[in-house]
Amino acid sequence: MKVNKVYSYALLIPAGLIYGLLFLYPTIMSFFFSFTRWTLTDWEWIGFENFIMFFEESSLMIGFKNTFIFAFLTAGLKVVLGLILAVILTSQLKTKRFIRSTVFFPVLVSTIAVGIAFSVLMHPSEGLINQTLGLFGINGPNWLGNPSLAIYSVAFVDVWKGVGIATVIFIAGMMSIPKDYYEAHQIDGGNKLNAFWYITLPLSRPAINAVIILALIGGLRTFDLVWAMTGGGPGFSSDLIASIIYKQYQAGFYGLSTAGNVILFIMVAVIVFPIFKFLNRREVDL
Amino acid sequence: MKRLTKKHILFTFMALLLLLLAACGGDDSNNESSDAAGNEEGTEEENPETTLTFLIDNQTVTDGIDAVAAEIEEKYNIKTKFEMRPGGTEGDNIVKTRLATGEMTDLMWYNSGSLFKALNPQEYFLDLSGEAYMDRLTDEFKEAVSVGDAVYGIPGEASSAGGWLYNKKVYEELGLEVPKTWDELMANNEAIKEAGKVPVVASYKDTWTSQLVLLADYYNVYSNNPDFANQFTNNEAKFADTPIALRGFEKLHELQEAGYYNDEESATGYNDALEMLANGEAAHYPMLTFALAAIADTYPDAIEDIGFFGQPGDDPEDHGMTQWLPGSIYVNKDSENVEAAKQWMEYFISDEGLETYMSVMKANGPYVVEGVELPDDAYPAVKDMTAYLEEGKVGPALEFLTPLKGPNLEQITVETGLGLITPEEAAEKYDRDVERQAKQLDLEGW
Repeated sequence: MKVNKVYSYALLIPAGLIYGLLFLYPTIMSFFFSFTRWTLTDWEWIGFENFIMFFEESSLMIGFKNTFIFAFLTAGLKVVLGLILAVILTSQLKTKRFIRSTVFFPVLVSTIAVGIAFSVLMHPSEGLINQTLGLFGINGPNWLGNPSLAIYSVAFVDVWKGVGIATVIFIAGMMSIPKDYYEAHQIDGGNKLNAFWYITLPLSRPAINAVIILALIGGLRTFDLVWAMTGGGPGFSSDLIASIIYKQYQAGFYGLSTAGNVILFIMVAVIVFPIFKFLNRREVDL
Repeated sequence: MKRLTKKHILFTFMALLLLLLAACGGDDSNNESSDAAGNEEGTEEENPETTLTFLIDNQTVTDGIDAVAAEIEEKYNIKTKFEMRPGGTEGDNIVKTRLATGEMTDLMWYNSGSLFKALNPQEYFLDLSGEAYMDRLTDEFKEAVSVGDAVYGIPGEASSAGGWLYNKKVYEELGLEVPKTWDELMANNEAIKEAGKVPVVASYKDTWTSQLVLLADYYNVYSNNPDFANQFTNNEAKFADTPIALRGFEKLHELQEAGYYNDEESATGYNDALEMLANGEAAHYPMLTFALAAIADTYPDAIEDIGFFGQPGDDPEDHGMTQWLPGSIYVNKDSENVEAAKQWMEYFISDEGLETYMSVMKANGPYVVEGVELPDDAYPAVKDMTAYLEEGKVGPALEFLTPLKGPNLEQITVETGLGLITPEEAAEKYDRDVERQAKQLDLEGW
């Protein structure tokens, strides 16, 4: 095996250094520190105690449940709504450029700002949402104050904010479908629904997969939006794994929260990797 | 070919490691050299002027200290150079690191109580117990800054208290009297509710405010069993199986069960609560008295109508308040300017110094210096507090007596206040939270 070596491996060093220093080294260290009682200046090896303690956390079950609800709900909604929007926005609509920008705009805004804005909008009596509902005689719920509703309200905002990315990926996917298929379909006398079902959908598969994976990973490790809107509350009712870890970090339990991060890392890998494999198997080549 | 690759990878890793080491080393030496340079400048100056460095967190209002420091400079030619640090646990880490590496400033501002005692004061701070002004400080305060017979600090501000702020106008209108027992307080609440006002504000949007009913109840625990804090620290007493301690959670729950809280608790914030209290929409707000400064600032007309009482227990003869001790100033034992620092402290705590301090800062509570009267223009609520002090019915808050305070307490008290869990469940949950903290702190006996 003779490879024509044009560039020296030494050229990899700068990239290798950056990758090693900023990604590899912290990752390895975090695995190490998750087994210690750590005060940032001092550490003591305590074996699996942090992991045991993390799993004993009383709000952990709520955290797991909420994380799954949040990840799968937002990923699902982003795919469905993103597809619908993408189909509309690839049609012959006159204002489609304007609408495309409007749909994408929330993606550009800081998550914290969105969270604060929506927590004002969702105020039970003075918020715009419930006042608007009031005009129609509907008594709006306490979106963020009701423990069983809070996580869904946050998920809704996350979809509003994230659907723009999904839409853009879908649009790109649909634009790359050759027109020949649609022409053939037209000659065969198929209707619009058929065209979507038999041409657009199967051929957008790579885009759909990308969106599902991105949205799932994003959802599983969401933190900022929940923290800005509810802080995991009321009580622990909208806690996610990530917010539990953050609270432990805040309390100065550095070893414990690092152990939590390792668990989160493993969890995301265990969930996403099989899905990724499964989705890729079903991809259709253009 | 293959070998070469491996070699290169190895080389890359070695280079990486070297770089890491170099980076760490470089940092340290930089720090040292810049610090050394700073010190030299101070000592090399030939004029008799001394400069004291003072490490303080950036959340404490320093107007009063600034004013006194300016006077000290004028009188004794001692300059004060402030160094800022963050507050909270991040600040703790800075303080601990600087103490451990011998780079502490001459003077230092820090909490009193358990946080201070956790610093291992014998090693780092100057014992002030021989100073003449020590007799003027109250025993509770001295206890909070002492280890053994040595006393290390002087109060840097007035004390504050946790209890119930109430609107005096509402009380007058409804002909109510300040309650001496929990039952009387609940009866007042009932009357207020019937009059169509909010009896108690719950501001759970700012979750930390939810803890006050529990924390301010500590006087009742303290007077029942002064040793609770010790037993709590040593894993011998728990909230769940100490009835008097459990009462705090129960009170939180009783208020909820009786419907005495405002609507929309979780959408109401600290500032909303102050507004409701100030304009008489609500009658009570369980809070720390530092809120008085905020009320005076935003609703200057209302501050005269705001009063204070400690959270009552069951015995009308034993109605006291839970006190939050002031932050303190300590002297670095290894400072080169110990004499100047002592002079600084002496002036700060002298009548003149305090007068200057008080002319700039309004107190959130009584001073812990004996013989220092509150000025006549003190907030009425602060004057209400002095009655408890005069009767000696004061207990420090639990956090001044133990290093343990579970980080999830505010979420647990929100859950209790919203009626999501029972007081017993809350106490058990909190005990578990504390247990985890004790284990992470590696305390003995856990």
